[in-house]
Amino acid sequence: MENKQTIIINGREVPFNGQKNLLEIIRSANIEMPTFCYHSELSVYGACRLCIVDIEGMGVVTSCSTAPKAGMVVRTHTDKLRKMRKIYMELLLANHHQSCTTCAKSSMCKLQDLAARMDVKEVRFQKTGCEKALDTSSPSLIRDPNKCILCGDCVRACDEIQGIGAIDFANRGASTTVVPAFEKDIKSVDCVYCGLCASVCPTGAIMPRPETEAVWDILHDETKTVVVQIAPAVRVAIGEMFGLEPGTISTGKMVAALKMLGFDKVFDTSFAADLTVLEETNEFLKRKEKNEKLPLFTSCCPAWVKYVEQSFSDILPHVSSCRSPQQMFGSVARETLPKTLDVKPEDLHIVSIMPCTAKKFEAKRPEFMKNDQPDVDAVITTQELGRMIKQAGIQFNQLTSESFDMPLGFKTGAGIIFGTTGGVSEAVLRYASEKLTGQKPDPDDIARVRAKDGLRVHTVKIGEAELKLAIVHGLKNICEIAEQVRDGQCDYDFIEVMACPGGCVTGAGQPVSHDDTAKELRARGLYNKDKDLQLHNSDDNPYLHRCYQQHLGDIGGHKAHELLHTKYSSRKRFDDVEFLISEEHHQERLGVNVCVGTSCYLRGSQKLLEDVMKHVKKQDLHEQVEVRATFCFETCDHGPTVRVGETVMKKATVETICEEMNRQLQVLV
Amino acid sequence: MLKQQIDLNTVKKEYQEKADALKQRLIICAGTGCVANGAMDVYEALVDELKRQDLNVTVSLQKENGKAEDGYYVSPSGCQGFCQAGPLVTVQPQGWLYVKVKPEDVAELVKETFVRNQPLERLLYKNPADDKIYAKQEEIPFYRGQNRYVLGDCGLIHPEDLDEYIAKDGYLAAKKAYTEMTSQEICDTMIASGLRGRGGGGFPTGKKWAFTLVEESEKKYVICNGDEGDPGAFMDRSLMEGNPHRIIEGMMITARAIGADEGYVYVRAEYPLAVQRIQRAVKDAEAAGLLGDDIFGSGYSFRLVVMEGAGAFVCGEETALIASIEGLRGMPRPKPPFPAQSGLWGKPTVINNVETLATVPMIIHQGFETYRKLGTEGSPGTKTFALTGHVVNTGLIEVPFGATLREIIFDIGGGVTDNMDNPDPNGFKAVQIGGPSGGCLTEEFLDLPLDFDSVRNIGAMVGSGGLVVMNRSTCMIQVAHFFMQFTQNESCGKCVPCREGTKQMLVLLEDIMEGRADQGTLDLLDDLAQAVLLGSLCGLGKTAPNPVLSTLKHFRAECEAHIFDKRCPTGQCKALAIPEILADKCKGCTACIRKCPVDAITGERKQPHVIDPELCVKCGTCAQVCKFNAIVGV
Repeated sequence: MENKQTIIINGREVPFNGQKNLLEIIRSANIEMPTFCYHSELSVYGACRLCIVDIEGMGVVTSCSTAPKAGMVVRTHTDKLRKMRKIYMELLLANHHQSCTTCAKSSMCKLQDLAARMDVKEVRFQKTGCEKALDTSSPSLIRDPNKCILCGDCVRACDEIQGIGAIDFANRGASTTVVPAFEKDIKSVDCVYCGLCASVCPTGAIMPRPETEAVWDILHDETKTVVVQIAPAVRVAIGEMFGLEPGTISTGKMVAALKMLGFDKVFDTSFAADLTVLEETNEFLKRKEKNEKLPLFTSCCPAWVKYVEQSFSDILPHVSSCRSPQQMFGSVARETLPKTLDVKPEDLHIVSIMPCTAKKFEAKRPEFMKNDQPDVDAVITTQELGRMIKQAGIQFNQLTSESFDMPLGFKTGAGIIFGTTGGVSEAVLRYASEKLTGQKPDPDDIARVRAKDGLRVHTVKIGEAELKLAIVHGLKNICEIAEQVRDGQCDYDFIEVMACPGGCVTGAGQPVSHDDTAKELRARGLYNKDKDLQLHNSDDNPYLHRCYQQHLGDIGGHKAHELLHTKYSSRKRFDDVEFLISEEHHQERLGVNVCVGTSCYLRGSQKLLEDVMKHVKKQDLHEQVEVRATFCFETCDHGPTVRVGETVMKKATVETICEEMNRQLQVLV
Repeated sequence: MLKQQIDLNTVKKEYQEKADALKQRLIICAGTGCVANGAMDVYEALVDELKRQDLNVTVSLQKENGKAEDGYYVSPSGCQGFCQAGPLVTVQPQGWLYVKVKPEDVAELVKETFVRNQPLERLLYKNPADDKIYAKQEEIPFYRGQNRYVLGDCGLIHPEDLDEYIAKDGYLAAKKAYTEMTSQEICDTMIASGLRGRGGGGFPTGKKWAFTLVEESEKKYVICNGDEGDPGAFMDRSLMEGNPHRIIEGMMITARAIGADEGYVYVRAEYPLAVQRIQRAVKDAEAAGLLGDDIFGSGYSFRLVVMEGAGAFVCGEETALIASIEGLRGMPRPKPPFPAQSGLWGKPTVINNVETLATVPMIIHQGFETYRKLGTEGSPGTKTFALTGHVVNTGLIEVPFGATLREIIFDIGGGVTDNMDNPDPNGFKAVQIGGPSGGCLTEEFLDLPLDFDSVRNIGAMVGSGGLVVMNRSTCMIQVAHFFMQFTQNESCGKCVPCREGTKQMLVLLEDIMEGRADQGTLDLLDDLAQAVLLGSLCGLGKTAPNPVLSTLKHFRAECEAHIFDKRCPTGQCKALAIPEILADKCKGCTACIRKCPVDAITGERKQPHVIDPELCVKCGTCAQVCKFNAIVGV
């Protein structure tokens, strides 16, 4: 039998069982330890030093990095600790850009909150740093280094959960800063715009890029008809902006608020999610029948799509050609609404409300533009909608519920659960099962699909067919599978991928929550809503079938393909990074670019670079040849990669490079 | 295939025979300091001149070369410590030491030394204190007071000659460890020796090993911490450059003691010569079968990788160093787990400093009892110090623990100098010990026997062994500022107290130096220093406030003069200077008026001039041009 273990916290005995560190135990004793850098799902970092405690025999240590030992005598707020915490807060505030009144994070800012809780009344230290430039390059996120407190949460989240590492620390001491590689802007590196960094950021240093002003402008334009679509996950989180519990379903109030803001029609992205289910399931079943291009990856998550384009472009044929629900809605609305609503196509404006920052990027992709007109004109996040409602003075909690407009406001429960991990798979299962066997899927299968692990693998039997499913959230979890697919070693049939841990309900556009239980409550809200609805299989959506009859033709047919599908292509992870190795020269010269990225470096490109320089020196080619060190040509498997003029050479050797150089130089002469 | 195992005795015997056949040997110090002063030119000039004189000269005693009967062997060595007097040339067997040798001295040097067989007097060391000339190295006061236990061979042997190292009983300790001792016995011997880590912390080395030995793991690592970074400290560099095999042998013994089969030598990239010498030594040891599989037929393997650090001071901190080897940003992580439990790639790892590892073979070879005869009860053995600042003899020295600062500064160092480098018997003000993590000690501590604990008890630390002597003209606030600036720059930027706290301590010190401080500044500095010391993540941050705290403690009056009287007692803080022209001394020559860049000085010719304090920028130009010493206070 297990012995009950206890420690003494502030003179009271507190039992513990399985907690990894002291901080968790202290929290279990109803003492909220202040911290910036501790997140239960990230590695222990120990940098903010606010969770310090005084332990008998050990002195002052951080509770996040201390393992509990039975009998420990811990004090959490001695005079010394209180003063130390206050000094640390003052140190952080001294160089923090204190523009709190105009900061979008205000009232949700952890720095502000802890400064108040630590009772910081004055900052006795001076500002030492100088103003740094904002990074506004991305359509999804804005980085303000002046507000960064260097807690490293974003760096670890991007690396440990998404496996990307688009941002990291650079420089040291007082010059330490968090930046993308090569101090480029965020648009020029491999960021997928999931915004997880913004979700974990305690301050306003990384924020979703606001588009509210653009939306106000459209709303104020009398000549325009403005329609709006709302993603499933928004309805279970918007209430948090107005003091409601996470997971509270606020659809009706939200529709009312949107009407009050001036939107002409309020529709539901879940309608398009139902559409996605039909198209994607049919695409999948066709492939399954022919046993080709399996597994099929879902394509609803724009961050995942960007990731696969950047890092695994050779498996793009495995990604469903279906547009995401947001973009299906956009193109269907552009196709059908001018007639239905009797407006000129150019006067129709389409706005999305999304839990997601990557959706802002997706809406601006050239694939989803027709004649320079994007299918979706503007994307605002749940947070931004909350701010607009507040700005208009609308008393959200007092509103009487209103209904979505038809026909694009009607959905089944399957379209609702899209907002959480496993939702797409479950919706596909419901449709496929009924289509193939006439029966609902097995509740046991559903329970497995609804589990919470970052990678869930489950085999489902539908009639005679066996389907091997994988459900993944957090991009780090997909990396290994993607490699297996690339190598032809993966026997899954269908793989659902969502970048955000937990799915869209935890998207970076959702209201800021420092509460770990929020994501579960929001997901539960979606499942509850599904239960409340009459229909649960996308195929049962009558408006959907009417839409096919009137506008789209057959499922997976020609018209459907034109409007509902797309093609993705390879994307460079980094914009060019080059360092001139040769001496500077005014004359135009033949460029020789040698990749010194990790993979090519390990294959000896540094030596190659030196040898090429030796050759240039020996042959006295300084006036004709310009040698540069550069990064990734994205052909790592065939490195070292070198570009001579316009010719990209794989598995280059000094001999082949010199040969190519001489050949091109002769042509030039 | 079995690799040929080297037979240490044969190598030793053969080398000895060759050495005995020589007539004389010239050792040119080829440490970084002497090389920078042109030692390699001297080396080449010597070889040429000996050849020109038709003397039988050899530059290598390695296997492939035959005996040089009655020959003259010219060899480079590692640092001999007396860097200030370099380039150094030692003549053996006589033991004569020539200092500040230039290539143009070589012809005369060879003639006197080898033809007339007497020392060339003008190149011998002359003690500036009493003008006495010393022919033999061992008689020079700088060397006489030392016990070069670890450094000794460093200035004698050819650093790239494995045979000579073996001839000096090298690798015998490793052989003993691999063939005669168990891991536990080695750990026990180290614990009994009382050896404490020389990197700064002073943690008992044997205990560290024993902690790692008990961890169960298929893979363990040994790391040599050669990321020496304290300003002015260069003992590790000298050892790596001068006696690389000793470090390899130390690592082999460590590996055997904990059950590791792989090791890393982490050397900062700013030490190219050390990197090169260690790499060469590893290659030679591999070729001789000393590294690799089945070492000394014991069945144990050990391999070494030499890794260059990227130049961050904080990578000297063990967890940051491990991160750096793993290819990550060099940032410390919270301990526990200690590297002994989870180190490199998550495996149990021992990290020891260069000087510690260089001591290990001698303890195993001579036994811990012999070792314990040196030093004090709590801190056995010797410690190297980099002696610098306002002192007559600067350089790298080694003394047993328990030696006093007075012995080091006045006997070995030859006393304090003034700002013009002249001896100043009453000039001593303070000595900074332990680099940026240490503190300043005053005259009252001159007779304190130096060891880990005694120094820590008075708020400083031995650290890696930096000793900066300061004379009376030194402003202690500026010294604290200098070290704080260093730690601030070198903080990794991870934890709040260190990153932000050092920055703000620097600002507060500047307030003091520039006359903006009041009682609040002093209180805040005190509180902040305590918060940084108690709450920082790693050793760098935890010790960063030491220079400030020791200045506040030992030089309170000087601080208060800056803060309350707005006066710098040493006149070093320009912002506090109040320049004044003494009317009785001023001849009215107008030199200062003409030179003042801001036209702050007025006055008629042949009448005393006056400085307008509102306009004056305290640049001091006027005082420099005044021939009558009439301008004071700047």
